[in-house]
Amino acid sequence: MLKEGYVRIPSGCAISGIIDRTGRLFSGQSITDSIATMHDRSNGLGGGFAAYGIYPDFKDYFAFHVFYDDLIAKQETENILKANYIVALEEKIPTRKTAHIKNAPLIYRYFAIPKPEKLKLSELDENEFTIKFVFNINSNIPGAYVFSSGKNMGVFKAVGYPEDVANFYKLESYKGYMWLAHGRFPTNTPGWWGGAHPFNLLNISVVHNGELSSYDTNRKYLEEFGYICTLQTDTEVAAYIFDLLLRRHGLPIELACKVVASPLWKQVERMSPKEKILYTNLKIIYGRALLNGPFSMIIAYEDGFVAINDRIKLRPLTAAKKGDMIYVASEESAIRQVCKNPESVWIPRGGEPVIAELIRDNEKEMYSTKEVTA
Amino acid sequence: MSLSYLTPEFKVLRDYDKCINCKVCMRQCSFEVHSYDEHLDKMISNDMNCVNCQRCVVLCPTQALTIIKHPQTFKEHANWTYDAIRDIYRQAETGGVLLSSMGNDRPYPVYWDKIVINASQVTNPSIDPLREPMELRVYIGRKPDKIEIDENLNVKTKMPPQLKLETPIMFSAMSYGSISYNAHAALARAAEELGILYNTGEGGLHKDFRKYGKNTIVQVASGRFGVDREYLNTAAAIEIKIGQGAKPGIGGHLPGEKVSEDISATRMIPPGSDAISPAPHHDIYSIEDLAQLIYSLKEATDYQKPVGVKIAAVNNVAAIASGIARAGADYIAIDGFRGGTGAAPKRIRDNVGIPIEFAIAAVDARLRSEGIRHTISLVAAGSIRNSADIVKAIALGADAVYIATAALIALGCHMCQKCHTGKCNWGIATQDPNLVKRLNPEIGYKRLVNLVQAWSHEIKEMLGGMGINDIESLKGNRLMLRGIGMTQKELDILGILAAGE
Amino acid sequence: MKKVYVKEEVCVGCRLCEVYCITSHSKYKDVLKAYKLETQRPTPRIVIEENKPVSFSLQCRHCDDAPCVKSCITGAMQKDPLTGVVTCDTDKCVGCWTCVLVCEFGAIIRDVNNKVASKCDLCAEAGEPACVKNCPNEALVYSEGGISV
Repeated sequence: MLKEGYVRIPSGCAISGIIDRTGRLFSGQSITDSIATMHDRSNGLGGGFAAYGIYPDFKDYFAFHVFYDDLIAKQETENILKANYIVALEEKIPTRKTAHIKNAPLIYRYFAIPKPEKLKLSELDENEFTIKFVFNINSNIPGAYVFSSGKNMGVFKAVGYPEDVANFYKLESYKGYMWLAHGRFPTNTPGWWGGAHPFNLLNISVVHNGELSSYDTNRKYLEEFGYICTLQTDTEVAAYIFDLLLRRHGLPIELACKVVASPLWKQVERMSPKEKILYTNLKIIYGRALLNGPFSMIIAYEDGFVAINDRIKLRPLTAAKKGDMIYVASEESAIRQVCKNPESVWIPRGGEPVIAELIRDNEKEMYSTKEVTA
Repeated sequence: MSLSYLTPEFKVLRDYDKCINCKVCMRQCSFEVHSYDEHLDKMISNDMNCVNCQRCVVLCPTQALTIIKHPQTFKEHANWTYDAIRDIYRQAETGGVLLSSMGNDRPYPVYWDKIVINASQVTNPSIDPLREPMELRVYIGRKPDKIEIDENLNVKTKMPPQLKLETPIMFSAMSYGSISYNAHAALARAAEELGILYNTGEGGLHKDFRKYGKNTIVQVASGRFGVDREYLNTAAAIEIKIGQGAKPGIGGHLPGEKVSEDISATRMIPPGSDAISPAPHHDIYSIEDLAQLIYSLKEATDYQKPVGVKIAAVNNVAAIASGIARAGADYIAIDGFRGGTGAAPKRIRDNVGIPIEFAIAAVDARLRSEGIRHTISLVAAGSIRNSADIVKAIALGADAVYIATAALIALGCHMCQKCHTGKCNWGIATQDPNLVKRLNPEIGYKRLVNLVQAWSHEIKEMLGGMGINDIESLKGNRLMLRGIGMTQKELDILGILAAGE
Repeated sequence: MKKVYVKEEVCVGCRLCEVYCITSHSKYKDVLKAYKLETQRPTPRIVIEENKPVSFSLQCRHCDDAPCVKSCITGAMQKDPLTGVVTCDTDKCVGCWTCVLVCEFGAIIRDVNNKVASKCDLCAEAGEPACVKNCPNEALVYSEGGISV
């Protein structure tokens, strides 16, 4: 059977996300308990976590998490890495032997910054430089796969149920201010660790439940901007679209959400003249970036996360709030498991994003409350 | 005159038990097939003249008429076919180029029919367009790479002019001259009602139709007929016609006898003079000349209107399209080798050009590889026969399609391929006032509206089946297609997988 | 009152109106039978004017102050005070053709077989005039107050 990346595999899933908006760090136990509640939504063929704020000692370094099939792949990757980056620390990611996680690849992490002279020569900024590096490794070195490349954050994923994955990676020993989790139900058995969620590029991580009917349109649009979609997963495409909109086109997160779940033309016609111009332009320019088909997803970036549904809400998503803690999950049970008495629990409407960011001086209000449901 | 070796192509079968001698058939046939014989007290038919347009069949009040392919055959020969032999007789008699009309009728593979469409099952819910929103609106024009906004969310991007289509279908170019005034009236009115556009073709814009300007694309072709400042500024968009799928590489010729007072005024040429469109534009011998014309037209219209370029699908179409995109066109229309025509040399119609399916796939892939696909619009033309063809064209990479033959069929065309004779019995491809009045624009526009609405409904159903609720998400979505009965090479060019993969 | 109007610009001159007028006033009310079985087919009640490319069918205008009614010597020609329809009672008509002479439109036809005046009765029995119903190009319109061109 073809490995994921050579064939498209639709999947169903469970997702969960927790953030402490004050930036206080908490262990991976809560997110593990939350996602474990939705055990039945996955089938043991993929689970994973994204943790933000876990590497404060190396917060200025890119933290590369890499799977290797063999030592040759490792050697080749490290040759390229060390030719281009100053590596402050390299180590095996600590794991615990468990009965449920089998066939583990070699799993390493590196804290590294680009060599100044290489960066200068490339005429890129360090983010672009790093994206190129990641794409290069993932598409050109067989058996090597960089699955996490942000700063002060890390992705941990495997083939297995999410709670077993957490146990395997000893997540209870990490402390972060924001956590995402994913349990996967793919419709066949690829058994490839890279195919599990979250999907990550730089500081953007995505967990996703759904199937993008617009996948090929989105993918081809992204390829025009130099993105290489190696995995053939919807999540990868979603992550790159957010990277394009947020980082490269500088859109505020609220507007990026209105691109991937755009208001209908009928709704645009009813808007104020100023909004009408804005949304007409957005829809005309970014029509091919619309994520079409059923999905609920959580996109994390360094400031927080946004949880969003497709615009006609074809997948479940629930949100809750207690003090400075914001919870989102596929099912309410997964929230109540770790937050006994939430102040409020609500089901966001289709295309209506839940934006949860670290508390800063100026809060953005205008677009987070906008009605966009059909 | 010596004996003609040609025998009738069709045979009129008249059921005399049903014929009431009402002479409706006789009055309706512009080819003078039917007549009344006093001595016999019977209607009789001259099969030799029959073109099988079926006007008489449809109007006969007692269904007494049937037209069949004439049973007369030659000795069977796989190489020297009926058409091959008859074409030689014709040319030996006349010494002329064989003329024909409408699109290529040879049995080349129709690739649309080798492509099937996906639908959702279990992992992805299909969407019912009767209950859920479904968006078909598209914008044709040049798109910026990204949106620019200030801190107060004011849009700073200067959006180039766009054509808004409520459904991704436009009526393709057909000139006044090649088709009748009433046909134009029906097309223009239908375009307005549907929120789409029709295209004047190269024959100018009749003053009566200026009121439909916002639904009109005007053409600037090699003959420059009817082009002046008012013409350009009346329209919603301007299209430079380089070529046509039915006759790539050659021009056009409207004989002087068809240039009536009205057509002369519309084309801005003297009445009775031949209207000749040269094969190339004599001010465009290279791509940089095209860029000059594009910008001349933009200057003339103050950069308020999209300027598109229409080309025939030929071998090197991808590279040509890329050049057009870089020359500043807002959209590119590509016309496949099955595209229709009011008159074309038969050999060219049947042998020059490539199928639109390959052309669209190749152009889309080329523009994507250059990273400029999202900046320009692509319109596919050249035999779109139904809504499924449209879905496939858009999934292969088009933004919208042009339909012309289908529109004419909706108006009554029976595909007899005799447009070039000017005797169209359905009042479409004729300037004969006796025949033009047979096309009632009041009826015609409703039939066009019905057709496009029916197709739009079907497109919505197919989109819903795929789990898509916006036509934008179908553009270039080739994973939604699979091929049947094609070689690997053909699949690769189309960029689709085989069924089962 | 509702009358038959013609859009001559889309009249195709096929004369199907005539065929169906005859049928409508025939015994069998069927095209084939009317033409094949009836030894004496009804005279059409419409006149077709043709000077190519112009053509149109002409039928009684059912005038308010109808000269045919005024001039009828037997009282056969009557205007219904309620519907406004002008009809000819063929039992009373003696075929003097005075009506044919006075009609300003030339819309009354001599039925020479029966020696009576023949004119449009708007297919009173059928509800809608057969010519309108069967016009292939909607050139004939049955409407109140005419047509806008």
